[in-house]
Amino acid sequence: MEIDKNQLLRFTTAGSVDDGKSTLIGRLLYDSKAIFEDQLEAIENTSRKKGHEGVDLALFTDGLRDEREQGITIDVAYRYFTTPKRKFIIADTPGHIQYTRNMVTGASTANAALILIDARHGVIEQTKRHAFIASLLQIPHIIVCINKMDLVDYSEEVYEKIINQFEEFSSKLYVKDIQFLPISALDGDNVVNRSKNMDWYKGAPLLYTLETMHISSDINKIDARFPVQTVLRPQREGFIDYRGYAGRVASGIFRPGDDVVVLPSGFTSKIKGIDTMDGSLEEVFAPMSVAISLEDDIDISRGDMIVKENNQPKALQEFDAMLCWFNNSPARPRAKYTIVHTSNEQKAMIKEVVYKIDINTYAREEEDKELKMNDIARISIRTTRPLMVDEYRDNRLTGSFVLIDDATHETVAAGMIV
Amino acid sequence: MSKYYLNYLDELESEAIYILREVWAQFQNPVILFSGGKDSILVTHLARKAFYPSKIPFPLLHVDTGHNFPETIQFRDELIEALGVQLIVGSVQESIDTGRVAEEKGKNATRNALQITTLLDAIESNKIDCAIGGGRRDEEKARAKERFFSHRDDFGQWDPKNQRPELWNLLNGKHFEGEHFRAFPISNWTEMDVWNYIKREDIKIPSLYLAHQREVVWRNDSWIPVSEFLKLDENEKIESKKIRFRTLGDITITGGIESDADTLEKIVVEVAAMKQTERGNRSDDKRSETAMEDRKRQGYF
Ligand SMILES: Nc1nc2c(ncn2[C@@H]2O[C@H](COP(=O)(O)OP(=O)(O)O)[C@@H](O)[C@H]2O)c(=O)[nH]1
Ligand SMILES: [Mg+2]
Repeated sequence: MEIDKNQLLRFTTAGSVDDGKSTLIGRLLYDSKAIFEDQLEAIENTSRKKGHEGVDLALFTDGLRDEREQGITIDVAYRYFTTPKRKFIIADTPGHIQYTRNMVTGASTANAALILIDARHGVIEQTKRHAFIASLLQIPHIIVCINKMDLVDYSEEVYEKIINQFEEFSSKLYVKDIQFLPISALDGDNVVNRSKNMDWYKGAPLLYTLETMHISSDINKIDARFPVQTVLRPQREGFIDYRGYAGRVASGIFRPGDDVVVLPSGFTSKIKGIDTMDGSLEEVFAPMSVAISLEDDIDISRGDMIVKENNQPKALQEFDAMLCWFNNSPARPRAKYTIVHTSNEQKAMIKEVVYKIDINTYAREEEDKELKMNDIARISIRTTRPLMVDEYRDNRLTGSFVLIDDATHETVAAGMIV
Repeated sequence: MSKYYLNYLDELESEAIYILREVWAQFQNPVILFSGGKDSILVTHLARKAFYPSKIPFPLLHVDTGHNFPETIQFRDELIEALGVQLIVGSVQESIDTGRVAEEKGKNATRNALQITTLLDAIESNKIDCAIGGGRRDEEKARAKERFFSHRDDFGQWDPKNQRPELWNLLNGKHFEGEHFRAFPISNWTEMDVWNYIKREDIKIPSLYLAHQREVVWRNDSWIPVSEFLKLDENEKIESKKIRFRTLGDITITGGIESDADTLEKIVVEVAAMKQTERGNRSDDKRSETAMEDRKRQGYF
């Protein structure tokens, strides 16, 4: 196995209750041999207690006590499996509207989203919501899995009809790459192995699609951005004057000798070295964690951003964003929150709710402007100092932020800069 | 294909380093929870990388059950010496002696649950605001829902239904006096990833992980090592087997497996073919379906 080259792919699953998300994940794990015997035994026991025949693969992902008792997924659960080609991280999130925030959370780091549709029901309101969230969070790849094909006689006609329904509304969304797949999660058709029941489908099964999907270009390589997390000053022998700016490249490529600017101060310098414990590097790109040292002694601290002189983010103190509200208590108009953007933190105020979006119909709602749990809205925000931002569409890490309520310290909202 | 991508081990490493640096930046007084097991050794190795060329800027905390493999203590002390960092020890024996906890009774008694009190006491008395652990989401189903930054209330308890959402790479470590956090930089690693990485980096680990001839007793479907703490039943007999351990915990309940894997290369091959989870050999997790979740809610690692 050539593990030296294997990449990591993160994906989420979305679907309404009973579309078969948990079964599909269980199937992927089971067929790729990521389920251990003692885990399987535990699932078999529980299945029997609940009166299921055979093993209910869905039980494998339904982790916490409450969920097992209610038989539903209430939070984000992470699952792992590896094939000879890739390592996969699955964020399993529930699809119900009251869990929009969990879906948004799972989507924020995903390379791909699997959207499940029950072949018997076709596109429903929830499908539109899931597609909307995937596009809002700019998940680069979407795979629409039309599941339970066994219950519609593996009919190509049904499959085509659902694709048409989907394309009718998805044309309004911005999605880079979308594919459709007819599957039966329960029996495993077109999941790991090609289905014998659907000769008419000429595409690859799901796992192969995930294994070969081109993800290296998902990361922005143009706009070099390096948010400083902390400053390393070893002050020990061999490193007396060393000052390294520790961080993780958010996007773009840096090399020693590059002309850089430190924001927000605007001081310019050149990259002297890019250091790791394993030696110095000639080149770094996202998402590598390194320490950068500069030719000049300038005052840099956490929250600053190192960028290239000829390509800089915008310094904005007022901007618009799409916001998803996460908290039980609604947003307080004109109240102050802490905004966390890259490694930077400021106070911020929601100046205005421009409109809320009905995520089932995509209609704009301009009358009711109260932001409640799971609402998604376009807002105008103002910060006490300028933030160094890019549009979310161009840069997921420098275009995103969260809001924290200072009274409770809870993360109350996530935003994407437009 | 573009050359600008990381392989999965480098990406996991980079993610862990990012999280460790966030801990350092966001907390006043963090520690690494060091058990002497491979996961905490890995976290310590990653912390060296995160702060190089500086030393690891915070102490290691060992919750000492008193039921140790002798090698664990020796390994710990040598590592501390090499790193030049401070070691804090929280002693379960002391918690028992001072009446903070009572020893479990019976043959399957362990000090596992007792560690919770010792850990929380050590966190409180040392004013620790973030304890960095080697927990991995693939270990157990309750752990699968852990955040990188996991909030604990002022009783040290975890509320799985009220966790802070973590989006992109933005971590929220804000807390009130008396509350603390647990941070899990290797959340996304599997057992296989850990071994592949240990092999790749040639990280020093206790010889307990490698197969050796050892004195053991067959109990609860695994080989329990003979130690001064082990009380034999009438029908139990001591045997000599080639054994290695997949996890290291309280010596009285950590079962070994029969194995020929006496090098890191062989371990990687063996783990890849493994049919049981590593916790399958720990009787503390066999007590009930939700044993781990219940312990975690109370403040366990
Ligand atoms: N016939 C059939 N049933 C399925 C299929 N996939 C899932 N199911 C069943 O649909 C029900 C709901 O599945 P589950 O995975 O729990 O759905 P979730 O709520 O999306 O996680 C269960 O009874 C499954 O056995 C399929 O492909 N064919
Ligand atoms: Mg489910």
